Amino acid sequence: MATEFASDAAKQPKLWWWGAVAAAAVILGIVPTMTDISLQLDLSILFVFMLLAMSMGFLWGYAGILSFGQTIFFGLGGYAYTILAMNMGTTGLPFLMAVLLPVVFAAVLGYFMIYGQISDIYLSVITLVVTLIFEKSMRSTSGPEYVIGTVRLNGQNGIPGVPGLVLPWIGDAPLSIAGVFYLSGGLVLCVYVGLRMILTTRFGRVIVGIRENERRMELLGYDARWYKLLAFMLAALIASLSGVLYAIWGNFVAPEMFNLNQAAQVVIWVIVGGRSTLIGPVVGTGVIQYLSNWLGTVGVGQVTVVLGAILMIFVLVFPRGLLPTLGAAIAALWSAKDRKGRGK
Amino acid sequence: MIVTIIYLVMYSIALLTLISLGLAVIFGLMKVINLAHGEFIMLGAYVCVLCTDAGLPLWLAFLAAFVGVGLFGIVVERLLIRFLYGRIIDTLLATWGLSLFMVGIITTVFGPQARSVPLSFGNVQMGGMSFSSYNFVLMAVAALMIAVTWAILRYTTFGLIVRGTMQRADMASALGVNRNMVYMTTFGYGAALAGLAGAVLAPMTGASPNMGQFFISKAFVTVIVGGQLPLTGTISASGLFGVIDGSVSYFWSSIVGEVSTLVAAVMLLRLLPSGITGKMRSGL
Repeated sequence: MATEFASDAAKQPKLWWWGAVAAAAVILGIVPTMTDISLQLDLSILFVFMLLAMSMGFLWGYAGILSFGQTIFFGLGGYAYTILAMNMGTTGLPFLMAVLLPVVFAAVLGYFMIYGQISDIYLSVITLVVTLIFEKSMRSTSGPEYVIGTVRLNGQNGIPGVPGLVLPWIGDAPLSIAGVFYLSGGLVLCVYVGLRMILTTRFGRVIVGIRENERRMELLGYDARWYKLLAFMLAALIASLSGVLYAIWGNFVAPEMFNLNQAAQVVIWVIVGGRSTLIGPVVGTGVIQYLSNWLGTVGVGQVTVVLGAILMIFVLVFPRGLLPTLGAAIAALWSAKDRKGRGK
Repeated sequence: MIVTIIYLVMYSIALLTLISLGLAVIFGLMKVINLAHGEFIMLGAYVCVLCTDAGLPLWLAFLAAFVGVGLFGIVVERLLIRFLYGRIIDTLLATWGLSLFMVGIITTVFGPQARSVPLSFGNVQMGGMSFSSYNFVLMAVAALMIAVTWAILRYTTFGLIVRGTMQRADMASALGVNRNMVYMTTFGYGAALAGLAGAVLAPMTGASPNMGQFFISKAFVTVIVGGQLPLTGTISASGLFGVIDGSVSYFWSSIVGEVSTLVAAVMLLRLLPSGITGKMRSGL
């Protein structure tokens, strides 16, 4: 499917793109001054989920690795931050360690899957199974004997009272609600710009090349497995960042972070938004979360029925997702108009 | 103690065979991993619960689950899967959507609470331990499923066609085999096996909308490690993981058993990336 992906992803972004990024940054800066706390909370969790969606969208759309288990690193990040911060009494160092620990796990898991060269669908299913096993294991830790340091794991009840992040250059108090908003929103923007920049580098070109034709890249002398493992670890880094922010946002972690519904939601965000762009998963997250909340308020009993139907319909009818489908429709209209104009 | 371990291992093998054979049949022939497999099992359990509630004997409830879920599988194949042949990733995603959809529908219709089968079975004393005698029913059904599937594939004309399509779908088509018909029937048969598995499990686990999740991770691992041959793969992978799961569960807990199964599977796939039977060209 050569036409599915834009070929100019490896080029430096144009001026209007930087303008859009700057505009987004300005909007992000002024929103907390103009809105109430509940909206800031809602938007913050949306940003957290957007990071998670970007981690899967990048890995699938650009590296061609379909991981159903980005929730592994999401959950691990959240739990690691919680356990470290509650044991150490500080939050800065635990934040960094919690973001990096899941990457180490990703390196081990990725080594076995990618260097073993198991097929694409096997990788998808194995990552899904790993996240399910994590959920089950965390659920089974309700007994008092499951303690790490001073923190009881509490099984399916989760760990409440996760300390908020204290940034030393801001003060001794943990981040306020607006602070979490700035942090998560700023990170969405930074990760988006960062991924866009990475795609213009040699590494980015190589992983896109591997997605297009792995054999050819190997014949050109690139070790495809190494590059795929790096991409897998990079995506794990973004997902664990999202998990740490989730723990800070809600002051709470629970085994649900690993579960099948959470994993399914990530897939739906990416599918609906469209994986062939970086912004697609971000938009998809916004659309689906808005829809889920709306369905919740109008009293549709089972939101999963609608989400499942959406997933089936998108796979059958719009496999490329909203943004690329819209983009193609606009491009088709544009060229039709163009041809008409020239015909006269 | 030895008796207990042997029994636990046998039970683990039977359970793994039961929950993964339907998935393996569909994967082996169609290269489709059905992520809604757990929900097919769940549906079978609900059919069993409803039938026994209506006063039917248990064996008739098993039969109803086999036939009912099989027909449901055929409907799913016609409405969803057949549009996605050749798009393996998309079948994975679409069946995941189906799985969410089914969980939601069943929760809406029957509520989130578990329903149980009001039947009681005696216990068997063996080596100083007592086991539920129903577990032997479970083992017998697993053995029967293997035997019947083997007999169909080995001795019937339909089995011959299925095996031919499995090896060379294009050649089978060229010889006049209706490939879509074969796929449809195979998907239905795989779904029927999942339904039967759910019905057999129902007296032990009851039926609840989320029960599928408890089985799928084991089933996926078994099928992936088993590889492309449905029977040889399932039996060998079930045997391997049954031994690991059964003995580790005996010494520690069932969660540790499941984790060690997964670790063993990931390490094994490092050595045999396409599963135990991945290199075998023909066979069942």
